[in-house]
Amino acid sequence: MIDWILLISNAAQEIISPTTAAYALAALGLAIHFGFTGLLNFGQAGFMALGAYGFAIATLTFGWPVWAAILTGVVASIIFALILGIPTLRLRADYLAIVTIAAAEIVRLLFTTNTFVAVTGSANGLQGYKGGFAALNPLLLFFDERDLLGFGPWVYNPYDWWVRIFGWGLVALAAFITWRLFKSPWGRVIKGIREDEDAVRALGKNVYFYKMQSLVIGGVFGALAGMIFILPRAVVPSNYQTSLTFFIYAILLLGGAATVFGPIIGSVIFWVLLSFFSGFIARAVEVGWLPFLSNVQAGQLRFILVGLAIMLIVIYRPQGIFGNKKELAFVK
Amino acid sequence: MSSSAGAKGAPIKSVDLHVGEAAPGVKKVDPIIVADHIKRSFGGLTAVDVEHLEIPRGAITALIGPNGAGKTTLFNLLTGFDKPDTGEWTFDGQGISGIPAFKVARKGQVRTFQLTKALGLLTVLDNMKLGAKDQSGESLARALFPWFWRKQEAEIEARALELLARFKLDEKKDDYAAGLSGGQRKLLEMARALMSQPTLVMLDEPMAGVNPALTQSLLDHILNLKTEGMTVLFVEHDMHMVRHIADWVVVMAEGKVVAEGDPHEVMANPAVIDAYLGSHHDSDLGDLDTGVITAIKELADDDADDIKH
Repeated sequence: MIDWILLISNAAQEIISPTTAAYALAALGLAIHFGFTGLLNFGQAGFMALGAYGFAIATLTFGWPVWAAILTGVVASIIFALILGIPTLRLRADYLAIVTIAAAEIVRLLFTTNTFVAVTGSANGLQGYKGGFAALNPLLLFFDERDLLGFGPWVYNPYDWWVRIFGWGLVALAAFITWRLFKSPWGRVIKGIREDEDAVRALGKNVYFYKMQSLVIGGVFGALAGMIFILPRAVVPSNYQTSLTFFIYAILLLGGAATVFGPIIGSVIFWVLLSFFSGFIARAVEVGWLPFLSNVQAGQLRFILVGLAIMLIVIYRPQGIFGNKKELAFVK
Repeated sequence: MSSSAGAKGAPIKSVDLHVGEAAPGVKKVDPIIVADHIKRSFGGLTAVDVEHLEIPRGAITALIGPNGAGKTTLFNLLTGFDKPDTGEWTFDGQGISGIPAFKVARKGQVRTFQLTKALGLLTVLDNMKLGAKDQSGESLARALFPWFWRKQEAEIEARALELLARFKLDEKKDDYAAGLSGGQRKLLEMARALMSQPTLVMLDEPMAGVNPALTQSLLDHILNLKTEGMTVLFVEHDMHMVRHIADWVVVMAEGKVVAEGDPHEVMANPAVIDAYLGSHHDSDLGDLDTGVITAIKELADDDADDIKH
């Protein structure tokens, strides 16, 4: 028999999981790029990889404190954004798409290659960089590190809670900043650029500079997302494949591309659905409901089901969950 | 040089704009743009090759010519949207050749486009506010802190609403610009350009695609710009409009300025007729471009009207 309570409680855990927070933050960065500015960034995985490796390498190789490690990841993503933006932002939008997808792959392959194994750990990746972050845990003032805290499906040790608090705190801060920015005249210029950059140029705005600012802000969000992503796991280069970028795009479209809360709720829905389907299929194969599937095939089926669910949402609610239907009536 | 509606509703024309005989490249009494040796070629085709051109200040100047004469290319060059192969020009006495479009706009020379560029998914009011210059809230650092820009934003909004009321778009202020009709978008684009308080307004085919009901109000708005002390330079195919409101006409053909002068004189100029019909118009060239025929018919109609009155 299928243990539905277990399935549902596993899915419920995803609501506040740090991975969900990481995807939400990366999707928020992409919302700034794609949804608000109209920049086709297909290399968000690259920004996340730089954040993750920047943090881990600064800690492990240089022995820097947490704040300096975070700064390293952020600075790396800013430099990456500048390298991508300087040659391409004057050109048509599609050039940025091509360059970002290639650059993200270059970043991943540089971290994978054996040449830098001493620093990057090559295909095995890096671990053991969490000590400094764990030591900052304010919960340890009140609890022992082996205590289990929480209720219902959400019972974790203090480190896991600290990762969640930190991750979702960053998401909340980023969402607040984004919301403020897009209520300001700065956001108005950015949205104008999305609609027609020549018109904005003709009104005396330095379009190139604004696009660069947008690319940097969204990229920094991506790098911070990469750091949240590695706090509950190790840094492994194969996590930063192009498919990561496309999952983030799926989340963005699910929630609504030009919205602040869309990417966050989209990420929650995406991970809850993914967890539920993967649990359900695995159990269903075990109890013999799907005799034509092997366990390996079952592992892939969840992505098909998630794809199906996203297709249904995009067909019946194409503006995303938080998007404005009125805007959609005029999409070219 | 000021103008207001005349007794019979006909606009008062600015006169005595030039020095000496009206010819291509003639000197102006008070030029706002002075351009020299502007040349732009695309591959083997020379799109613009203007030896000398002055645009008179405080007047409405029309830039006319057959399709492919280089009018829009010259517009793009003067506004920094395109770079010439050679040439330099000044605006208000400052050299602005080769500087990017957004800096040209900041100096008070603002343009509109042949294909209207309303920012579709911004509201009409946001479109307007975007036009205002020197907004402190447009800097990233200050954007986060509304108290730095709230006051200026309120002033800009008040000015935007006032302009929208003048252009009869105030009821649409919360609609998306994409929901406006073609003519309303032209009005919005012009109103938005005015938000930057320009000294020179450059309109690229302001009448294209505007329904006749809106034409008169657009004309009045353009005439108002002059009344308010702005200089207007516009590209147009509609000869009625050119005659009606232009104080000065510059005719281009094959990239060159072929004639200049008062609208009535210029249209009688053989060089202009050549430009529109081709210098071999007495020999059989087969079918004429329908646009040219319409333009010529309009000219003939206008002349007939003038004789009657």
